[in-house]
Amino acid sequence: MKYTWLLIAAVLLGACEQARTPLYLPSSEDYPQKLSAWGVLQQRDGQLQPVEGVQPYDLNTPLFTDYAHKLRTVWMPQGSHARYAETRFDYPVGSVLSKTFYYPVDAEGRLLRIEQHSAEAVVLKRVRLIETRILLHQEQGWVALPYVWDEAQREATLEWAGASFDLQLHDEAGEVLSVDYQVPDANQCAGCHEEQVGKGLQPLGPKARHLNKDFAYADGAANQLQHWQKIGFLQGMPADMASVPRNALWSAPREGESLEQQARSYLDANCSHCHNPEGPGRTSGLYLDPATPLGIAYGLCKQPVAAGKGSGDRLVDIHPGAPEKSVLSFRLHSTDPSIMMPELGRSTSHREGLEVIDRWIASLDGEC
Amino acid sequence: MRLAAPSAIALSLLLTACGESEAPPVASLDFQKQLQTQLIKAKPGEVIEIPAGTWQLDRSLSLKVSGVTLRGAGMDQTILNFKGQKSGAEGLLVDASDFTIEDLALEDTKGDALKVVGGQNIIIRRVRTEWTNGPATENGAYGIYPVQTENVLIDGVVVIGASDAGIYVGQSRNVVVRNSRAERNVAGIEIENTIGADVYDNVATGNTGGILVFNMPNLPQPGHTTRVYRNKVEGNNHKNFGHKGTPVASVPAGSGVLVNSNDKVEIFDNDIGDHRTANVIVSSYFSTGYTDLSTTDDFDPYPEAIHIHGNRFGPGGDSPDNFELKALRLAKFGLNGRLPDILWDGYVNPEKLVDGNLPVELAICIDNGEAGIVNVDGPGGYKNISTDIEPHRCELPRLPAVQLRAALAEVGE
Repeated sequence: MKYTWLLIAAVLLGACEQARTPLYLPSSEDYPQKLSAWGVLQQRDGQLQPVEGVQPYDLNTPLFTDYAHKLRTVWMPQGSHARYAETRFDYPVGSVLSKTFYYPVDAEGRLLRIEQHSAEAVVLKRVRLIETRILLHQEQGWVALPYVWDEAQREATLEWAGASFDLQLHDEAGEVLSVDYQVPDANQCAGCHEEQVGKGLQPLGPKARHLNKDFAYADGAANQLQHWQKIGFLQGMPADMASVPRNALWSAPREGESLEQQARSYLDANCSHCHNPEGPGRTSGLYLDPATPLGIAYGLCKQPVAAGKGSGDRLVDIHPGAPEKSVLSFRLHSTDPSIMMPELGRSTSHREGLEVIDRWIASLDGEC
Repeated sequence: MRLAAPSAIALSLLLTACGESEAPPVASLDFQKQLQTQLIKAKPGEVIEIPAGTWQLDRSLSLKVSGVTLRGAGMDQTILNFKGQKSGAEGLLVDASDFTIEDLALEDTKGDALKVVGGQNIIIRRVRTEWTNGPATENGAYGIYPVQTENVLIDGVVVIGASDAGIYVGQSRNVVVRNSRAERNVAGIEIENTIGADVYDNVATGNTGGILVFNMPNLPQPGHTTRVYRNKVEGNNHKNFGHKGTPVASVPAGSGVLVNSNDKVEIFDNDIGDHRTANVIVSSYFSTGYTDLSTTDDFDPYPEAIHIHGNRFGPGGDSPDNFELKALRLAKFGLNGRLPDILWDGYVNPEKLVDGNLPVELAICIDNGEAGIVNVDGPGGYKNISTDIEPHRCELPRLPAVQLRAALAEVGE
């Protein structure tokens, strides 16, 4: 009897293996305990790669997460598509987004702190996988599920309450950076992804302004939005690409992308999911979303409301010409959980990001 | 649902041992994971009980499900201690409605102890938030911090050592704070940008400022209508250990009840005494050191319709924590003199003056026996000091009591 069941199970699993279609879960709360059961990513030829039909993507200016590299994927059920809108797309029920956080490792297995290059897949021998976050669109809304990779790097397991890792990152200069890596719990996922309070979770990265860039697909580079349109993932794109918003390209700004655009793109990706008029950070009155003009609401000469020690004894969020007098810079520099911004997702400060923000604040004219 | 009690005992024994050797606290990781998982998977109506014991945590807890009760065995029995916290800006973050938390303590959080953002029908009772090292600048900002909430009852809580406000109610509606004790915080109890708050039968002592009613600029909701009554506000003379840039940074040590930029505030039947700056201060945003480059045009910085009556004032005003006020006391009241009980910075909205006077419905009205007022003439650079009480001999309509929604009132009363 037992044997029969096993056999059936094996056949079923085999069948799934063959079909390689991601899991379609429009309503059930029966979320897989193992990442592999999603059928989004596969380990093949020494690589972690999206299964066929699942698209990798990346973003113009991404969120900083303790120098982790990220493999992002999107999948939509056969025959369905997302609908374009300038602010956020309307994704079909059943859509599965995945984001795998990993670090490159050297020959001795040491974790490295190096710039990310966009990739379609990850060579398993050269990385350490930390976690994969699944964002699933169900009939009742989006659900965020954190999966943590095992030491053998074979499988990741659903951890509702998150996890933590002590990591050491080595850079080219031989410097070692200690990272107190925190895999978010499911509520913390929602803490960022509920960018409009009361309206449920939303995808943050895959929006027009973040996706509007080229990606090196296996069959050649192409603009991601146009590629999505071509393969039927996206409908309703404006005919004129110039009318599609585009954030600055991080660390390699395109010609004409000003310092202010770079800084605002950075604050958009790292802050605006909370700091927008409808987000969890709205209680501060500080809005760092693209729609808010550079004025008091964007922090200019604005007194912090409930920053506590986050004020760092500085009087205003952005003091033109003076990053050293600006709360914004202080909180981005800090790694103290009660001071730092963003509140979650990092235990180190992002030197390269701060350099841009501080240079931008220093470039502003005016007084408070 | 009840967490396993035996491990609590084992763990608290272990923690005691650690405490004695001064080793860094060891987080009760299994407990933490179990509790956070319960909070994530909670269903409306669920009661999560946390047994007695001292539980060591190293990351924030959070709740997003409405209708949940979190219950301990008593504010001195069930202790969630966050010393050495590695992540999260608060101890417990709640983003849900119909939430009750009772009979437990949150200690030594890195940031705020309990933050409730955006919910309705919130009961926080017999909860203690404390920084056990005592007042210190590196302590978290707020003890109990509901913000953008509605129908809130804070009852019988104890808040100690916050580097900003012990109880901080921000941008909320319909709030009652009562039977609580705020001790050795920068601000004991602070009501900010809130519409309809009753603050009564509380004790505020040993703070920099006892009870604050503030309005901050650049927020969606200006506050008004707060009643502060039957409280004991005594000996709030602690050196200000807040951070510059925060609203409380401008609070002088030795402030009893302080109204800043807020309207319709009624202060009555309190015992207020032993404050070296003043027992009551009424001031405008202009006195906090910011220029109008920091405020949007629609912000009203003037405190209006402030009604002070029937309080019992103790000593005060003998040693103000402010250079101008020190000089003023000496010049005007002599070496052994004291400032009157009520201190006003003197800012009025020039656009609202009628024949040079503020209409009575916007005035600061005082009916408080012998208690006097000093207008320190902030707008005139502290030159035309006045102690004339005549312009303040007026009466304002009594403010209505806060009506909490029925379900809340039932458990509350």
